[in-house]
Amino acid sequence: MSFTTVLFIVTFLLLALSWSRDKQKTKKALKIAWKSFSNLLPTMLGIVGMMGLVLAVLPPEVIKTIFSDRSIPGLILVSLVGSITLMPAFVAFPLAGSLLQAGAGVTAVACFITTLMMVGLITAPAEIKYFGKPFTLSRNVLGFGFALVIGLLMGVLV
Amino acid sequence: MIMRVRKYALFLLVVLLDLGLHLSGSGKGAVAAQTGFDYLIEMLLFIPPIMVLVGLLDVWVPRHMVEKNVGQGSGLKGILISILVGSAAAGPLYAGFPVADAMLKKGCRLANAVIFLGTWATIKIPMIMMEVRFVGWKFALVRLALTLPAIITTGFVVEKFVENSNPPNRTGQQISAKA
Repeated sequence: MSFTTVLFIVTFLLLALSWSRDKQKTKKALKIAWKSFSNLLPTMLGIVGMMGLVLAVLPPEVIKTIFSDRSIPGLILVSLVGSITLMPAFVAFPLAGSLLQAGAGVTAVACFITTLMMVGLITAPAEIKYFGKPFTLSRNVLGFGFALVIGLLMGVLV
Repeated sequence: MIMRVRKYALFLLVVLLDLGLHLSGSGKGAVAAQTGFDYLIEMLLFIPPIMVLVGLLDVWVPRHMVEKNVGQGSGLKGILISILVGSAAAGPLYAGFPVADAMLKKGCRLANAVIFLGTWATIKIPMIMMEVRFVGWKFALVRLALTLPAIITTGFVVEKFVENSNPPNRTGQQISAKA
């Protein structure tokens, strides 16, 4: 069963429980849900559009080519690509596996995976909308720095 | 009206870029639009239930409960709860934003909200199994062991940084002010 199915079932059960306990409160909850959804929608449209653009310009085959450079600038480039791209886990991990098999360094692959997950340039507009600029800036910069540290340590440990 | 257009600025930019890419004749414009559309469908499948959960959390979970468990002074317990809740979730990082925002509004400590988001992004139970399958258990486990302290440190540094820059702006107030 996929995550989405579980999410729908859990949400539906909780909603039914809420409705049986207090109809007014449930209506209020749905109103809040609708308001936050319609607030997020314009930004989300931009974000999914950017995701499509980036994946069209930088498909996995192109991403693979940058892993041959093992210098520090090469690592930074890999981390930058990881920060810009956004891909679901079922694309990212097979890609990481095939990169390792093709002889890419553990450090580079770890930097890529970590920035992919922790740093989000494309999602920054949504993050700023919710939490403000200082939050978004510091969280992403730290994520980028830690990704490099994690990658370098993994090169030694794995 | 101008506010309306501003909200869609990023989307309009994407449409223009897609068109430009299409006119360049590489055939990538159509790929970009199609991939974007696929992501949109995926997003429309899990964002609405998450928003409903956020709404339910807002009306049913009392503020003192959030404050007691993940608020100021929740200490180690608050960190552990944030990690547990974050790792039980799934879906991309941006799906976690509205949840963290709702928690902050209920009195969750900022550091804990960042830790929750970090775990949501990197340490998810269903994802770990997939990671082990494709890159091996050693790669996956060492990465997790190194990521956890990084996430916790990030939480406290972001909290300090935000407090020093603009204290009144830290929760999702901008978003509710626009509504």
